[in-house]
Amino acid sequence: MPYLPHSEEDVRRALETIGVESVDALFDELPASLRNPDIDLPPAMDETRLLAHLRSLAAHDRPEGPNFLGGGMRRHFIPSVTPHLALQSEFVTAYTPYQPEVAQGILQATFEYQTMMSELTGLAVSNASMYDGATATAEAALLAARQTRRERVLVSRGVHPETRAVLGTYLEALDIRIDTLDLETLATPVPMVDHDVACVIVQQPNFLGSLEAMPALTEAAHAAGALMVAVVDPLSLALLKPPGAYGADIAVGDGQTLGNPTAYGGPSFGFMVVASALLRQLPGRLVGETVDVDGRRAFVLTLQAREQHIRRSKAKSNICSNHQLTALMATVNLAALGPQGLREAAAGSVRQAHRLADRLRDEGADVAGEARFFNEFTLRTRRSGSDVRSALAERGVHAGVPVGSEYGLGNAVVLAATELVSDDDIEALVAALATVGELAGSGVGHG
Amino acid sequence: MAEATSRDFPLIFERSRPGRRAARPPRFDEPDLALLLGEDQLRDAPPRLPEVSELDLVRHFTQLAHRQFSIDGNVYPLGSCTMKYNPKVHEEAARLFQDLHPQQAPETAQGTLRLLYELQRDLGALTGMDAVSLQPAAGAHGELTGILMIRAYHRARGEGEQRRVVLVPDGAHGTNPATAAMAGYRVVEIPSDDRGEVDLEAFTRALGPEVAAVMLTNPNTVGVFETRILEIARRAHEAGAQLYYDGANLNAIVGRVRPGDMGFDVVHLNLHKTFTTPHGGGGPGTGPVGVKAHLAEFLPVPLVVDEEQGYRLSEDVPSSIGRMRSFVGNVGNLIRAYAYIRTLGLEGLRRVSGHAVLNANYLRVRMQQAGYTIPFDRLNMHEFVARPPEGVHTLDVAKALLDEGMHPMTVYFPLIVKEAMMVEPTETESLETLDAYAEALGAILERAAEDDGYLPGAPYHTPVRRLDEVRAARQPVLSYAFDEEPGSSG
Repeated sequence: MPYLPHSEEDVRRALETIGVESVDALFDELPASLRNPDIDLPPAMDETRLLAHLRSLAAHDRPEGPNFLGGGMRRHFIPSVTPHLALQSEFVTAYTPYQPEVAQGILQATFEYQTMMSELTGLAVSNASMYDGATATAEAALLAARQTRRERVLVSRGVHPETRAVLGTYLEALDIRIDTLDLETLATPVPMVDHDVACVIVQQPNFLGSLEAMPALTEAAHAAGALMVAVVDPLSLALLKPPGAYGADIAVGDGQTLGNPTAYGGPSFGFMVVASALLRQLPGRLVGETVDVDGRRAFVLTLQAREQHIRRSKAKSNICSNHQLTALMATVNLAALGPQGLREAAAGSVRQAHRLADRLRDEGADVAGEARFFNEFTLRTRRSGSDVRSALAERGVHAGVPVGSEYGLGNAVVLAATELVSDDDIEALVAALATVGELAGSGVGHG
Repeated sequence: MAEATSRDFPLIFERSRPGRRAARPPRFDEPDLALLLGEDQLRDAPPRLPEVSELDLVRHFTQLAHRQFSIDGNVYPLGSCTMKYNPKVHEEAARLFQDLHPQQAPETAQGTLRLLYELQRDLGALTGMDAVSLQPAAGAHGELTGILMIRAYHRARGEGEQRRVVLVPDGAHGTNPATAAMAGYRVVEIPSDDRGEVDLEAFTRALGPEVAAVMLTNPNTVGVFETRILEIARRAHEAGAQLYYDGANLNAIVGRVRPGDMGFDVVHLNLHKTFTTPHGGGGPGTGPVGVKAHLAEFLPVPLVVDEEQGYRLSEDVPSSIGRMRSFVGNVGNLIRAYAYIRTLGLEGLRRVSGHAVLNANYLRVRMQQAGYTIPFDRLNMHEFVARPPEGVHTLDVAKALLDEGMHPMTVYFPLIVKEAMMVEPTETESLETLDAYAEALGAILERAAEDDGYLPGAPYHTPVRRLDEVRAARQPVLSYAFDEEPGSSG
């Protein structure tokens, strides 16, 4: 049997040592009437058949072709060296570094990760990572509610719809009220914030791609004693003002764009970085520096009194693990790119997205609004967003994240471009949009 | 913090030299960023990321890997963690699917969607549950999903206000009470009896109209099967409570008895345990949740459905608790778990639990022979609790094991046993490895008896020795202190 080392002789020797008759006899305490049920599972396969089966499944996926999909994840350049180093078997097959003397590899890499996230966001303390951007955002709202002892949060509609959905699930359980700020001209207007609001949550760039006026929004939050939560694309921080610079208290987001494949949505990782005043409220693992008995620098999990295995029902969160390996992918990738490489990836994205928008405008397409954008923007379409996406997919181009009716834009899609999109890819998308009747001349333009 | 010395392993930031780099993205002429993005949106100074050559990068992370213990290196019998071998073919399997984008049109993702659909079905069959969600990103996340569904169920029946309490055994994983608190519940702990099982009398007294759920792990955290589980389920249901199965210890019983048949209403699975997706140094895990039919209307969205025009993600769940995370789930790990189930089939999975329990009992006997005490001296399941002889500290034994190149067991858990050592060898270890482990444990006791100074000083041969953990907590240093002022001030 695969993965099981015991020969019949081994089993016999083990049973003799234990003093029982058979392996089945070890299970005599299980309710007799329920033992060994008939479970309908497909038959076992050897490795060759397994891989053939998986390849035949994978053949029904169509990941190839020019790709303009954003809406929470994007394809960016990942050099070969990144997975090669991050996915070494010592990192892949380790567990939580409970014994720091033999876990300095993961502990130090996490300390380096925390430093890099702190640099990117301009905030003092990063935890060791969380599940994804959406759950990190929900945890940020819970943190704000604990810190301010207030039971209401204000969230911009520009925050990804799935992130807001997760926020709703988490906060409903604790009777924390959520109010949503509608967008005006594709961006969040500076609101009057009431004094019972725990935090204001704004995504930069927002779901429609627009850049938000983060300093003014932060000021409005602080004027009411609320915390500012910035939901950010970490790659954009190669160029954009870091949340710490405009006074945000918490930066959260999804780390996929820093060096993980899109993997049909996961695993990536979530990050949370906070101002130092919020350290004791921070959920999740933290690695700190110390010394060993010989005075050598070493790293260890620290401030664990915040966590569930110590505080149980009084913990800051029930989170137990982090997303270590995918966060390590980002750590290696950021070290591989360095400040210059990260800037080039981000600037290349900006360039190609604006080139695409310009080309579409040239062709008479209805690129929504005058708001500035980073590497995603919104295009109004004739047919529904999902119909446009399917029509383009039939022509071998992946593009068009549907925009929901909550935005009041009619039919629309979000388009993204990254440094991996070539000028030829852009022409392929323009041609495909023309073919499916979504460009002027073909009569778009109700906007 | 003290200056780094030459004996310290360098940080990647200390290897950095201006102008170096390892990787170069596709090159474009840089656009006028101030014009496109607005001058006021741009950061003032670049983030201080390391600048290293590709070979420096390779050496750094390869040497870090060498400072890291792993299953691939040696035995790693952490109790309640199920550190079994992670098959290499699973990594190849996951790579076949990794380029798919979550926003693709569903008709271009039919392979992955079919795989996920079949996995929902197979996990349901294995647990005896009627419907499964693949969303949760970890065991604790699955717990929260399950408890929120139970909460929604009671509310739908008009009992939401009344049922405010969740019962957990005193030996439970810390995530159980923390999860209940996150869902707004008050936690009441149930004591264990002298056989290591839930105290049935105390449990029955604690049941009442205010109890929403009972969270159990079976076998429980001392590695003992709750033999009165059918009675527990009957009494819980009579009192109107829902029974939650923490799947952390499913490896003991997979294929042999199903949580659904035992009377559980909700189950979460830790795919990184029983279904051997790699632990990755602490994640990503994956914690799918299965429920009985009466809870299916509350499942989180999306679910994978099979329709005439193909597979797709459906948000059509009438009373869904909502979303637990973005997109469908940790698909890379779901693929690995699928590959494992397809490789072993039912017969293989039964043998997995059989040999997991065989190995744990074998090691229990061998540790007893080596001088360790077993507080609950009976046949155990996939793990057991031991403790060292009087006067010897578990922590010291753990540190001494590190010098033997072996990983300690889980220490000081469960909290209900003093000096607890919780040992879970898993089915993938050979008897020779278990013999060597028990012999090393015995030799540590012998040496400790000869030399008073030996144990408190251990380990002696690890990359670093015992750490000053108090200093780490009292003077937290959580990121590298750059020489100059932060460029991150924007």
